[in-house]
Amino acid sequence: MSGASIAGGENAALGLYHKAGSIKRERRWALIGAYIALAVFVVFFMFPPFHMLITSLKSSAEIADLQGNPWIVRSPTLENYRDLLTNGNYVLHFRNSVIVTIAVVAITMVISTLAAFALARMRFWGSAALATGVFLTYLVPETLLFIPLFQIIGGMGLYNNLLAMILIYPTLTVPFCTWIMIGYFASIPKELDEAALIDGANHFQMLWKIFIPVALPGILAATIFAFTVSWAQFLYPMAFLVSSENMVLTVGIVSDLIRGDTFQWGKIMAGALMAAAPPLLVYAFLMDYYIAGLTAGATKG
Amino acid sequence: MADGNVVTAPGVPAAVAPPRTGTLQKIARRKSTLAFVMTLPLLVVIGGLVAYPFFYALYLSMLNKRMTRFIGLENYTFLLSRETFQGVIWQSVLFAVGAVIAKALIGFILAHVLHALPAKGQRKWRGMLLVPWVIPPAISTLAWWWLFDPSYSALNWVITAIGVPPVAWLGEPSWARFSVILVNVWYGAPFFMIMYLAALKSVPDQLYEAAAIDGATGWQKLIHVTVPMMKNIIAITVLFSLIVTFANFDIVRILTNGGPQDKTHIFGTYAFQVGIQSGDLPLGSAVSLFMFPILAIFAVFVLRGVTRRSREMAG
Repeated sequence: MSGASIAGGENAALGLYHKAGSIKRERRWALIGAYIALAVFVVFFMFPPFHMLITSLKSSAEIADLQGNPWIVRSPTLENYRDLLTNGNYVLHFRNSVIVTIAVVAITMVISTLAAFALARMRFWGSAALATGVFLTYLVPETLLFIPLFQIIGGMGLYNNLLAMILIYPTLTVPFCTWIMIGYFASIPKELDEAALIDGANHFQMLWKIFIPVALPGILAATIFAFTVSWAQFLYPMAFLVSSENMVLTVGIVSDLIRGDTFQWGKIMAGALMAAAPPLLVYAFLMDYYIAGLTAGATKG
Repeated sequence: MADGNVVTAPGVPAAVAPPRTGTLQKIARRKSTLAFVMTLPLLVVIGGLVAYPFFYALYLSMLNKRMTRFIGLENYTFLLSRETFQGVIWQSVLFAVGAVIAKALIGFILAHVLHALPAKGQRKWRGMLLVPWVIPPAISTLAWWWLFDPSYSALNWVITAIGVPPVAWLGEPSWARFSVILVNVWYGAPFFMIMYLAALKSVPDQLYEAAAIDGATGWQKLIHVTVPMMKNIIAITVLFSLIVTFANFDIVRILTNGGPQDKTHIFGTYAFQVGIQSGDLPLGSAVSLFMFPILAIFAVFVLRGVTRRSREMAG
């Protein structure tokens, strides 16, 4: 962009006014084109959640009515939301999701902060192999692990138990969080630890008093990542949780609101929207940390 | 590129500190035991819940259905001889490759468009464009499922309004294949956008200025400056996306559950159907294990290129 303005300036200096003008015009058209492209994709990206919202505000009668525009709501009602929050297991599913997510985030952050500190600052036997091992876990996705884990969880007597989720989810969060944290810890200047060591701090004090405060943005990014992954997990609860009162949101909505051929679409959409709200709120308020967590993996070593 | 933006191979611990001379000997000796203790929980998670289940899956896949007898590679040969499973392999490749290409292209375009905007407006647009990635896919796919509904489809309402006949989104095999890819692209394109945008911002302005002085057009700048500088991030993003798309479960499970006529099954959903729903765990683990060599070969391929390029750039 700055290159174009330099070129424009040179041309103007040479007195070629119409050429400079055409570059300006070109840039304006490029910008208009950019806004059109953006508008098209914003529509493409936003219409499913929008339709979700519209449907959640409709009564069953209005949903079943095939006359008229499905994209507008004629007589908005909060009946679906009220019904979900007062009858059935939706509140229970929400509570289960909260419990599992909080536990998993706490476990993840303790494990990955400790491991990242050791891997970023202390060279020890096998540390390089371990860092490679952390990466290799990406090649073993959850769709490969759920079958052996089904046997293992069953053997431990944790089938249909929320504890199984708390035990298994860290396999999805810990590797990436450790990786993010290694990047942040490695960017802390070594002079800081030397100063701390000279002052007589031990390694835990160093981690607690220096690394964690300095790398706080990284810790926040990793926490948000762990939160979104645990909140969104679908396969493990699908495979290991069977009774409705033990389910989390992602599977609970489908299992409770679809009875044979009856789809309660209004309630499904209301439930889905409320289930999507926590990650959306975190994203809205902490967007920069959210994005830092996403991109840290690639732009940091 | 000496400013820390160099992408090193993710496995290589760029972070491991060289041993420092001058630190007290005592600390050094205690250090390695302590470091081991600190990484122990990570080792337990990776060893106990990833590595052990992985090898257990290998063992499991060589048992018969009742898990009473060792049958070697029979499950694998049985699967390969079945037409349904050949279809699953083909559909998984089509799904993953098709979706990743579309996501990469859309992400690339959007990142460029966003990057060209004045900084003030960028944030707002970026905020809206990332929304599909933020909603859990198991949740947003419900919205798509409802949009694809055979009798109440709001999408069909729109296309009939412009005079096109309605589409059986999930009822007709080739449309169903298109639909699951469409939803995956919708969900994953923002991730590519945000990765590319981060990469674009890390390309030094001087390079573009130098190119402009040399008289490069916008297109030439893209081909000769932007793309070479972004190659590593493109490669790593594609690798990640390919892994998670290949291993996808949520979207296909909710939208089609593999139907119609098993035409949209991918490894994950087929393994679920065979292993959990039909109760043949050994066969199910054989299905999902087919993913591993495909992913591993691709990862080695990509990471080798990334390491070579970052070495070239550093040297």
